Parts: sequence; C-alpha cells; structure tokens
Amino acid sequence: MNLTLHVWRQADSDARGDFETFKISDVSPDMSFLEMLDVLNEGLISEGSEPVAFDHDCREGICGACSLVINGVPHGPQKATTTCQLYMREFDDGQAVWIEPWRVGAFPVVRDLVVDRSAFDRILQAGGYVSVRTGAAPDGNTLPVPKDVADRAFTSATCIGCGACAAACPSSSASLFVAAKISHLGLLPQGQVERNSRVRMMLAQMDGEGFGHCSNHAECQSACPKEIDIGRIARMNRDLYRSFVRRT
Amino acid sequence: MISDLNANEPTGPLENRWTRHRFDMALVNPANRKKYRVIVVGTGLAGGSAAATLGEMGYRVKSFCFQDSPRRAHSIAAQGGINAAKNYQNDGDSIWRLFYDTIKGGDFRSRESNVYRLAEISVNIIDQAVAQGVPFAREYSGLLANRSFGGAQVSRTFYARGQTGQQLLLGAYQALNRQVAAGTVTLHPRTEMLELIVIDGRARGIVTRNLVDGSIESHTADCVVLCTGGYGNAYYLSTNAKGCNTSAAWRAHRHGALFANPCFTQIHPTCIPQSGTYQSKLTLMSESLRNDGRVWAPLHTDDSEADPATLPHDRRDYFLERRYPAFGNLVPRDIASRAAKEVCDQGHGVGPEVNGRRLGVYLDFSEAIEQMGEARIRERYGNLFEMYERITGESPYTTPMRIYPAIHYAMGGLWVDYNLMTSIDGLFATGECNFSDHGANRLGASALMQGLADGYFVVPYSVGNYLARHEPNSVPGDHAAVNSAVTAVRDRIERLLNAPDPQHPPEYFHRKLGQILWDNCGMTRDPVALREALARIPPLREQFWREVKVTGSGETFNQTLERAGRIADFMELGELMCIDALDRNESCGSHARTDHVTDEGEARRDDENYSYVAAWEFSGDTSSPNLHREQLRFEFVHPSVRSYK
Ligand SMILES: Cc1cc2nc3c(=O)[nH]c(=O)nc-3n(C[C@H](O)[C@H](O)[C@H](O)COP(=O)(O)OP(=O)(O)OC[C@H]3O[C@@H](n4cnc5c(N)ncnc54)[C@H](O)[C@@H]3O)c2cc1C
Ligand code: FES
Repeated sequence: MNLTLHVWRQADSDARGDFETFKISDVSPDMSFLEMLDVLNEGLISEGSEPVAFDHDCREGICGACSLVINGVPHGPQKATTTCQLYMREFDDGQAVWIEPWRVGAFPVVRDLVVDRSAFDRILQAGGYVSVRTGAAPDGNTLPVPKDVADRAFTSATCIGCGACAAACPSSSASLFVAAKISHLGLLPQGQVERNSRVRMMLAQMDGEGFGHCSNHAECQSACPKEIDIGRIARMNRDLYRSFVRRT
Repeated sequence: MISDLNANEPTGPLENRWTRHRFDMALVNPANRKKYRVIVVGTGLAGGSAAATLGEMGYRVKSFCFQDSPRRAHSIAAQGGINAAKNYQNDGDSIWRLFYDTIKGGDFRSRESNVYRLAEISVNIIDQAVAQGVPFAREYSGLLANRSFGGAQVSRTFYARGQTGQQLLLGAYQALNRQVAAGTVTLHPRTEMLELIVIDGRARGIVTRNLVDGSIESHTADCVVLCTGGYGNAYYLSTNAKGCNTSAAWRAHRHGALFANPCFTQIHPTCIPQSGTYQSKLTLMSESLRNDGRVWAPLHTDDSEADPATLPHDRRDYFLERRYPAFGNLVPRDIASRAAKEVCDQGHGVGPEVNGRRLGVYLDFSEAIEQMGEARIRERYGNLFEMYERITGESPYTTPMRIYPAIHYAMGGLWVDYNLMTSIDGLFATGECNFSDHGANRLGASALMQGLADGYFVVPYSVGNYLARHEPNSVPGDHAAVNSAVTAVRDRIERLLNAPDPQHPPEYFHRKLGQILWDNCGMTRDPVALREALARIPPLREQFWREVKVTGSGETFNQTLERAGRIADFMELGELMCIDALDRNESCGSHARTDHVTDEGEARRDDENYSYVAAWEFSGDTSSPNLHREQLRFEFVHPSVRSYK
C-alpha cells in the first residue's frame, strides 16, 4: 500500500520544528510501523538526507523506548499496543499518517520524534524503591503475600515508563506513572515502611518537574499500552491523605 | 595440551571454595571506599545490580548506558523466568543438582568452580528480589510459585508472568535509583562507550560519546566493569533488542582482553519466522508453548502452501516426535532448532517465501484445544497467542502457529577468571558480556540468574579485593593514554562519516554480514562453509569502510552514526566467530559441526582434544588472532554424552 506521512522534524530542543511530508509506497501490511520508518530512513540516507530520529530498542513492547503520537494518539490506533507492536495492516491504502513526538513540557524534544524522559527517572529517584541492602534480605518465603495482592502489585508494576500517559493527558500529568509505582510498592508488605514518605516525595518531584495534576479525563488509561487503570490514581491520593494522619 | 591461562580458581572441596575465597579476599576499609572511583558500563541485570551494590558499599560509581534510561536495558525483555536452587517445591532440587544440570547443559565446556558458585548464590538472588518488591508469581498459600522450564526435571524457575526480566530489572533499577538519590552513583544515560583507556597495563577509564550532542568525553577511575550484554545481533536478525552490540567488549578485546568461545551462540527454536526482507528483528515465543503444541511440517514439498488446518495427518511429518520418541516436542533448544532447519533445508518449510526460501514449521495447538478446550489453552497461552496474532495477523486458535529458530543468546564473551576479571588488569566483565558460566549451551532461565549473581554478589567483592591492593589515585585529564584514546575515537567517527565512496546505509552491510554468519556459522557449521565465510567477511568489511554512507554530523544526535560504529565492530567479531568455529573440531552444545556427528547423526564431542576454553588474543591483524587455551578440569562431574532419543 501507499501512504502519505507527515513527520515532525526538529533539529534539537532549541530549534523550531515543523512537519515534513513523505510519500511512501509498497508498504507491506506485515511490516511493523517502525519497520516502515526504517524503510523510509534507509531511503533518506541513500539519497543523502538525514533520517527521521525516533526512539526504539526492544521492538517487543516491553522496554518503553518507542514513543510516537500517531494521528493524534500516543502509540497509535490499536488498543493496549506500543508503537513497535503496531503493524501496517491497521492502516488503509492511501491514508495520511501524522507522526509526532510526545507533547509534554517536561519531556523536551531531543530531535525529531525523540524526547527526553529523564524526568521520569528523577521521580523514581525521589522514593520509588524499597531501601534494602544487597545481602540483607530474609528468605523469600518468610513473608507470604496473598496471591490476589501479589497479582495486583504485579499489574501495577507492568508500567514500562514510556510516557504515553503524560502525552495523552490534557494537563500533561504524570499521575498514572507515579501511581503505578506507588501501588506496586504500597500493596506489598516490603513497601510499607516507606509508604508515607514515598508518596509525598514522588509527588513533590512530579510537581517540580513541571507535570500537571490529574484532571480526571482518564485519557491516560486509554493510552496506556499496559492497560494500567486510573484506580491507581485514586489509591495514590488516598495514600497521600493517609500520610498526613498516620505515621506508618 | 598446554593450558596457558590461570583462572585463579580456589581449590579444595567445591562447596567451600567461594566461602574460603571470600575470606581470603582483601577488604577496603569503609571509610576509604569513597576515595575509589568505579566505572560500570551497562545497566542491565548485571550492570544495574553491580552499580547499585558498589555504590551502596561506598565507592563512587559512574554508570553508563546507551538507552535514555537505565530501565530500558535489554534485560527488560526476558520473559520466562529465573532459576534458583531453593527446593521450595520439595522435588529433590539442590545446589548440587542445579550445578550439575548447568555443567551438563553446557555440554562440559564450563568451569566447575564458577558454576558451583552460581548455583550457590542463586538462592540469595530470589531473597534479594523479593525484598526489593519484585512481584513474583505466588501460590494461593501466598508462597512463591515455581515452574519447570526448558526441560528441567525439577520446578526451580521463579517467574513474574511472562515478564520476569522486566520485574527483576526494575528491582535492580530501583536499587540503582536509591543510590543516585544517596549520591553514590551518577547516571550517564544516552552515553556510549567507544574506547577503553589502559595505562601501564591497567584499565583506568573509558572514552564516551554523548549521544544527544555528540560530545566526546573521557572518564577515568580506579577500575572498570563492563556489563554490556551479548553479541547476538552480529547475525543482524536475532531476538535481541536493536541496540544490543559488542562494541564495548570489542574495544576491550582490541586492547588485549581475550575473547572466549565466540562461536558459542544459542539458537532459540520458537521464534516467529521472518515475513519479508524489511524484517528488523525476530520475536521470541516462549518455549513453554512446546508443552502443548505439536511441531510438524508437510511431508511432501508440494504441500507447502496447503491449508495446515485441513491437511490430512498422513501428509504431515511430526519430525521431533518421529526422531526423538522419548522427549518428542520437548527436546532441548539446540536439537529442536537443528531438526527444524533440516526439514526446511529439504524444502518442507512453510510460510511466506523470503529470498526464495520458506523458513518455518508449524506449532499446532488444534489437538490440545480439542482435548482440553479452548478456555484452558487461552488461560495458559492467551497473551502469547495475542502477541503472535498482533505480529502475524493469524490466530493460533484456528490456524497453527509458524515458528523458526533464531539467534537468542551468546555464551561466548570476554574471558574472565574466577574473580570475573578479564585478562586486562582492573577490567571486569559480568553478565552476558563474559563467557563464564554456560559453557557451550545455556539452560533456560539461567542468564538472569547469572547476571544478578555476578552483579549483586560476586563483582562487588572482587572489585573490593582488587582495589584494596591499589592506592586510590586519579589519572590526569591530559595523560597521553587518555589523549590517544580520545583521538582514536574522533578519528574513527571521522572515517565513518567520510567514507571515500559512500553508497549504502549501514544496515545494508549488517544484513550481508548477518546472512553470512547465519548461513555459515549458525545452527550448523562445517569447514567448507566456515572457510567460505572467512573468505567473504574481510572483503565485506573493506567494502563497508569504503562505501558506508552516514548522513548528518558527529556533533548532533545521529542514530545512523551510532549504528555504523556498532556494525564496524560486528564485522570484526563475525570473523573471529568463524575462526573459532573452524578451530573447534568437534560438536558440542550449540556448536554443531556436521563433520562431527555420530553414526545416528547426533553431535559428537571430543573431550580428549577440545575440553578447553578457546580464548583469543587480538594480534593487530583481525584475521589472525592468537589462541590461548584454558584446560577444563572435571573433578566433580564426569563428562557424559547427552542422549534424547
Ligand atoms: C527475548 C529474550 C528473552 C529472554 N528470556 C530469558 C529468560 O526468560 N530467562 C533468562 O535467564 N534469560 C533470558 N534471556 C537472556 C537474558 O535476558 C540476557 O542474557 C540478560 O538479560 C543479559 O543481561 P546483561 O545485564 O548482561 O546485559 P543487557 O541487559 O543486555 O544490558 C546491557 C547494558 O549495556 C549497555 N551498553 C552496551 N554497550 C554499551 C556501550 N558501548 N556503551 C554504554 N553502554 C552500553 C546497554 O545500554 C545496557 O544497559 C532472554 C533474552 C532475550 C533476547
Ligand atoms: S521498542 Fe521497546 S517498547 Fe517499543
């Protein structure tokens, strides 16, 4: 099939960006979206131009590197699917495809479709962990964890840190990302000791990085490739209030 | 045979070696640790855990990765699980059994002391991960669940649904973040190591390129730890993440670090076949699928396009069940892979034709669905079936899956001694980038175990032992060795950007190299094919340097330049892989030489002549490296012949 691509080009974080239009032909429905961009890029290099920069690594939907807004939707049209797991059979012959980077103030554009998501790392550095020394752990079975609790913690822990939630949010909030980590650790017995300080410090960092606040639009959960639900945000808010009235 | 390498292994009873060795190690006084600086390259399971632990001990650590965040290291993609000899299932597992299985699985080409230590430490890894909040699967009792993996006879694999690597890596990343907050570790993401700095025979630093703005920087330290992963991407198509590369290890090799057993590369039998020439990577489907799916190919070559759902049974060849009646579809990875290759090479492959070949066989669940019902199968494999359908557009509930083997893991890597130190003083290597524990073949769920064992529990001790013997001191920024390493990096970038006759993007050459390696040094090898590869790789490499086309500049974010540099190193490693494969005149583990088979067509090992680690030294000429041998001694297990008939 043939497609018209409108791709965001931007030389670096300070430059002004704009869309550049490419016609691409002979796209196979069995190609992944990123393979389609690979073909475009090899063509650009061959003719002496600079290829379109985009982040990717695992191409299996798990590393969280890929991050394209496709026709206005973070990760494109298919539900619960990262950009790298999107296949061209989801598109129609002759279709126009608009490709943009995440649009979030706290994620400055590095080049073209690549953004700087180090703000997410800094939020986790503010308390998204359990303080345990290497070698200081008791036997793994000392503390049974009810299966349903462990399963819920796991579901929250599946966050891949891609940033689609913030990109989808009208307020550019990172609430779903933060809440996923708060729930993951807050549900498990190992995470209890630092539960109060964790939620406060991580939310303070989220604020400091310039992310907005949750405005209850729930766009984040529909964009999340791992289908993490906004119930976590409610849980996070509860943990925050709780932290003001309870010591532990 | 003369063994000229000293692995610095302890002696005495196997079960006391690591304890005694730790006692013999020198310690750095806690108050002095902050005077030492350590560079850790890589943030996967091996590097993330090492940097976090070294930081926690009080050393000043710099941590590097090429991704935008440490959390995206390739370890994130591991699916199946991690082994540990906990014996929580009371099914007879023990440290000895895990040790024995690993030695046997490696086809008696690994070091007993290292493997025993790995099995011993495995139990601590699980405890550590649980304490960090890694949400492993649990039973209704609330206790940790296990499964049997990769044909093991005990259930010793811990898992977190199909995302075990992700959860373990997030655990290590959290520990790393804690140290960043504590100020002991500084992170350098989007920073690629391009050169090693060696001063007076000691590794003292690295030269990096900042991938955002292209700046070249030197970083010096008291020692360097490489945790940069495996080199499966030499084959172009593999299950590895796109960025996986050998550059850090190869730069070290060019400075004198020996490269061990480069020809030992593992093939995974159940991957989704290639769909076209544009294919950029291959996707692994969990091995567990073989528990319920039956593998077959059409008996007649003219049935390759017949509808698999309706092809009568007497026109199907269930080749694994036919050839290996005792193990059937559950034969080990390498055996299943080779059998599929043979069937396809004989023209019985299915699926789309790519470059004139059909490379795929069926993995059929129709009978399992009939017997157990679709609901049970959905419960077991639902997410895998979904992933398969997303990629291929076909539903495994109604049409058999197509699978084909793919490169998955590199057992070979930098040679290290018992302390995980390479042959360069002060340069350590951990995780998949070293060769240490898996011999000629790795067992499923053992790479995660090794990465974390190395990173949390081995290298922090051996780095301490090393540093305790050296005064902390800094290297002047304008030291001649630093300057020459920086100059070497700049020159190389210039050469990549300004090839004399730029014609093709870097991938063009990578695909060609990959095809040569896959055809001639892949699932099966023979001297004729290997010699052919050795004749073709050097001219390809020359053509690469003459005709590679890299647009853009070195001073900006330039992914084409990044890839070109990595491919340049694969071009050299690829040749070494073939040299090693040609030199090893036996079949063992993943290394299947068609001229070394038994009368029944099965692999034939040659313990008399090849019970050694082949450790190659860079001689200045890529095509003629020097071979060093580390003779393997088996004091506790007796090498036996594998049989799955
Ligand atoms: C699809 C798949 C599934 C798997 N499933 C399992 C499983 O179920 N169980 C199991 O035990 N094993 C599994 N494995 C194998 C296992 O995942 C890997 O062997 C292991 O994770 C490697 O970890 P590592 O820390 O050594 O390297 P990696 O995780 O590859 O990390 C390498 C690090 O080095 C950095 N790096 C590399 N080069 C440079 C450079 N030049 N400069 C700066 N940084 C650099 C990278 O940025 C990265 O941070 C699987 C592998 C694949 C491909
Ligand atoms: S590239 Fe890893 S999630 Fe898409």
